[in-house]
Amino acid sequence: MVKSNKISLFQGKKGNLIKISSISLEGVMRRRLLDLGFVPGAIVEVIKKSPLGDPIAFRVSQTTIALRKEESMKIEGELVNHD
Amino acid sequence: MINSYRIALAGNPNTGKSTLFNALTGLRQHTGNWAGKTVSLAEGTVKHKDKTYQIIDLPGTYSLFSNSVDEEVARNYIVFEKPDVTLVVLDATSLERNLNLALQVLEMTRNVIVCINLIDEAEKKGININERILTRKLGVPVVKISARNKIGFPMLLDTIDRLVSGTIECNPVQTTYSEEIEEKITTIESKIRSLVGNSISSRWLALRLLDGDEALLNEFNRRLVLNDQVRREA
Repeated sequence: MVKSNKISLFQGKKGNLIKISSISLEGVMRRRLLDLGFVPGAIVEVIKKSPLGDPIAFRVSQTTIALRKEESMKIEGELVNHD
Repeated sequence: MINSYRIALAGNPNTGKSTLFNALTGLRQHTGNWAGKTVSLAEGTVKHKDKTYQIIDLPGTYSLFSNSVDEEVARNYIVFEKPDVTLVVLDATSLERNLNLALQVLEMTRNVIVCINLIDEAEKKGININERILTRKLGVPVVKISARNKIGFPMLLDTIDRLVSGTIECNPVQTTYSEEIEEKITTIESKIRSLVGNSISSRWLALRLLDGDEALLNEFNRRLVLNDQVRREA
């Protein structure tokens, strides 16, 4: 059975691994995120959330980067199982 | 000056460009373990064999698409000031992230040496890098060094020497894009070449224009006007 487990980075829970599938942002912000490693196919880990839930820290190609809700909501991916 | 060459150091923030700069030039440009430390260009010289090298320490950036002032400074230097060699300094412990910038530089200019720094750190972490495979894949020399412990310097200086004297030649790998983009590049590339000649990579310029890089276009106009003024005054 194939079950769709597409979520935005913003919806991820601490410890989740998410494989990025799409980035619905344009212009300089899109470019910046791509440069920092938020590229389709990359696996991102949700490291921790701020007390108010925004921003959220992610682990992406061996560096921790925090994103605001505005951006993390627009990056989608699939949950990856830990193994 | 005869036998004098300009070498620009490019790389992500905190990869040890300034440490390498200081180690090569014997200067004490401030190095620090935080991003964005180098905001302006530092210059120093190093002599090797019969040649003098002017080393330019560019600001550390993740990209060269002029999202910020540092990126613009670094890009303008590489594209418009045309150093004899651009040395791309990469952090051996996070090559994946660092190679993004390397590939961008390979699109912009021909004479590139990829310098993998912090090689001792990487080896401690069990990371082994095969520089010969990388050299083959990237089409430019790849040298492993540790700027802090001055490991690999003779190899690096010899590689620079052989590149500027023409003993070795770079053939930087060009990223292939989707069919649609490649078609558009072909459409405008020859026109661009007739405008700017061979001084700037027409493929790179085509890509930047397709991306709608207005800042670059403005920079071009500014430099064209300046050139005209200089010519008129001469």
